[in-house]
Amino acid sequence: MARDVNNDGKNLVRLVLAAALWVAACAAQAALPIQHWTTSSGARVYFVESRSIPMLDINVDFDAGGRRVPADKAGLGGLTHALVKAGSAARSEEEISRRIADVGALLGGSVDRDRAGLSLRTLSSERERAQALATLAEILQTPAFPEAAFAREKARLVDAVKEDETKPDAIASKAFYRLLYGTHPYALAPTRETVLRIERADVEGFYRANYVAGRAVVTILGDADRSLAERIAEQLTAGLPRAPGAPAPLPAVNQPTGQTLRMAHPASQSHILLGLPAMTRDDPDYFPLLVGNYVLGGGGFVSRLYLEVREKRGYAYSVYSYFLPLAQEGPFQVGLQTKKEQAEEALARVRIVLDEFLARGPSAAELKAAKQNLVGGFALRIDSNRKLLEQVALIAYYRLPLAWLDDFTARVAKVSVADVRAAFARRVRADHLVTVVVGSGEK
Amino acid sequence: MGIRMFRRLFALLAALAVSAALAQGAAEERKLANGLRVIVKEDHRAPTVVHMVWYVAGSMDEVSGESGVAHVLEHMMFKGTKTVKSGVFSRRIAAAGGRENAFTNRDYTAYFQQVPKAALPQMMQLEADRMSNLLVTEAEFSREIKVVMEERRLRTEDQPHALVSEALNATAYFAHPYRRPVIGWMNDLENMSYHDARNWYARWYVPNNAFVVVVGDVKAEEVFALAQKYYGRIKARPLPERKPQLEPEQRGARRLVVKAPAELPYLLMGWKCPVLRDVDKDWQPYALEVLAGVLDGNESARLNQSLVRNSRIASSVGAGYDATARGPGMCYLDGTPSQGRSAAELETGLRAELARLVEGGVSAEELDRVKAQVVASQIFKRDSIFGQAMEIAQFETAGLSHQDIDRVLERIKAVSAEQVRAVAKQYFVDDDLTVVVLEPQPLDRATPRPAPPGVRH
Repeated sequence: MARDVNNDGKNLVRLVLAAALWVAACAAQAALPIQHWTTSSGARVYFVESRSIPMLDINVDFDAGGRRVPADKAGLGGLTHALVKAGSAARSEEEISRRIADVGALLGGSVDRDRAGLSLRTLSSERERAQALATLAEILQTPAFPEAAFAREKARLVDAVKEDETKPDAIASKAFYRLLYGTHPYALAPTRETVLRIERADVEGFYRANYVAGRAVVTILGDADRSLAERIAEQLTAGLPRAPGAPAPLPAVNQPTGQTLRMAHPASQSHILLGLPAMTRDDPDYFPLLVGNYVLGGGGFVSRLYLEVREKRGYAYSVYSYFLPLAQEGPFQVGLQTKKEQAEEALARVRIVLDEFLARGPSAAELKAAKQNLVGGFALRIDSNRKLLEQVALIAYYRLPLAWLDDFTARVAKVSVADVRAAFARRVRADHLVTVVVGSGEK
Repeated sequence: MGIRMFRRLFALLAALAVSAALAQGAAEERKLANGLRVIVKEDHRAPTVVHMVWYVAGSMDEVSGESGVAHVLEHMMFKGTKTVKSGVFSRRIAAAGGRENAFTNRDYTAYFQQVPKAALPQMMQLEADRMSNLLVTEAEFSREIKVVMEERRLRTEDQPHALVSEALNATAYFAHPYRRPVIGWMNDLENMSYHDARNWYARWYVPNNAFVVVVGDVKAEEVFALAQKYYGRIKARPLPERKPQLEPEQRGARRLVVKAPAELPYLLMGWKCPVLRDVDKDWQPYALEVLAGVLDGNESARLNQSLVRNSRIASSVGAGYDATARGPGMCYLDGTPSQGRSAAELETGLRAELARLVEGGVSAEELDRVKAQVVASQIFKRDSIFGQAMEIAQFETAGLSHQDIDRVLERIKAVSAEQVRAVAKQYFVDDDLTVVVLEPQPLDRATPRPAPPGVRH
């Protein structure tokens, strides 16, 4: 968050990831040269050519996140994602990881409520690239889900779930999502019971139903030309499972009843979360909410929450607000941690700041400062292959306009004080606000 | 306005792309008359720049009773100068479209901004101002110290693994100041005054104890001229004497237990190891880097393959070693036992892996695998100007030169299997070992959990 003590250097990694850039090889229709096509198997491909560093980044995303998992088997999405790397029809898990490491490649991935994806960073030189891509293609299209690896990963997930049950931040976050989303799958988090219920056949079935070509999204960025990118996309998707039709429709997200949940915990601090379901990835209110949130709690060391809660009163080291846009309404979340003895005072102060902002919106000066930062600092959002890949993968997965990044600064610049106030009034209704306090009441 | 700016950005990128592909230039260095070193690395792929100021003063320069003051001063550096009022520093950086932060470690305190390149002169002006004109007032201090105590609660008091790490340092070092936590002991924070912070600033924040690193879309000569203009006017002052405070030889293994609310135990083992002092003569630090890679450099590396995947003793394992530091070095192994397995079983498993290294050595294949990753990482690091600036600065703080970076990587690539075996044998010995075990406690203290089998007390 801010002004770190950094004992081992690892904390820095999240701040890092800075800069490099792609080459605008040929400006297609849009100024940002995202090339887009569909493979023979129906996967959507997004490609940005960037030749300045001899390396290549590839993301393959599926609609296989938490929202596709049955409630009684929460954890199945994460488990399937972890096991895709655990051996193919032709090779053991150990051979797979050796083949990646032998060419210096990095294989990663992430899974959230909407998406599950694998990512590969490799040198673009022939031998290294070919071996890394062949390995990725193999695990994506012929995962073996070996029994031993399944048992191990299931046990590790149970361990992680139990450990989380002791941590105030994890307890707060799970309770927060449960209250925000009720019976909607965004509420789901694995528990011991749901994980223990998962069988190997469930993993295989989840893969067959969701890691499918027609819903795969491939993002390629780096040292390759169009024809190579086309071959890569085919290689990665031609043998993916086919599934007829669209996935099952999901229920609508309903606004929760406003409420406050307090839970006991022995930690020295209370962990406090406030929020409600608010914004989708393609939301027409995206820019007013982005700009408004910068003023409220998004803008580093200059936001209202930072000034009122941390700077003036010393209540917390970390205090923030953000919108997490998802396919359906993702959460608006305000968070802080403060020593238990002053938790109620700090929470009351957060409510004052929030209510005041909802009532009046930003001042003209605050709006101007927010735009200066968001417009002036736009280059910092895309000044490395890593950062640009993240942005393009979002555009790709959520089917945003290809010109989304080109239009970003103009759309920020257009936001008015009235737009912010109206968008917050629509999306953040105080009577629906959920509050969770973990580490409350008891000393 | 926004769109125009963006199209210019693209035109610029297209124009620069060819030269960027060809030239991966070396960093250049200039020393100002007041002793401030300025190191610049040009990287023209994006119209952005990272500007860092590093002070060679970290928690290792603190004395007992004042632990945490280096980090507290870091917080106070945002609280205003004679001409730039509290909060204005951050507002100016935000208005320039920038991002900023700072961090304190054992060896240093560092400040940085990432900005569109046109804002670099203003960043230098602001940093130069707070290098010599900081105001540390009682009112600002009394609020900020509360923030720092909240930070300690968040990141240490309520984090069992952080408590284990803190306990290991406090036990492995009797004399060396690495024994004290960077964030400071809570009681020291409670008794700190604004005078302590002010004295710290007066002692260490001088140009002859600092260096500036700039990486990005700049011309080195222009940066040197800017540095002369903004930093050049600050006067040098003599630094306090730094006592060596060398750690006496360890005479036997040290073991301890930390109790905290958790589900699973956690094991942390640390052995005293050398760090890099002479890039050409030393060889052990390079071999230790490769050793860490053989044990934990990738998913098929020995510890994960053997203890997580095969025997399933551990839920996770790791190895750590950092060859660059001002103070003494340490080699770490750590891990979380699986449910039903104990920290003692995990320790036995880790020791068996060390024994296998000493007896059987490493294969050519493993060595090549670690080196392939070194080669690739040299390419991948070019994607981050921030990472490049960090690498330069960490070398400089450790008393090495940024000019040594490539040489060090070459020497790591030249490490032999026999050298890896030799350092495993020489340094992973019990007399130099400190072991800390987290003994999990139930959240509800009314119903104590029985100790898991095999945990040593």
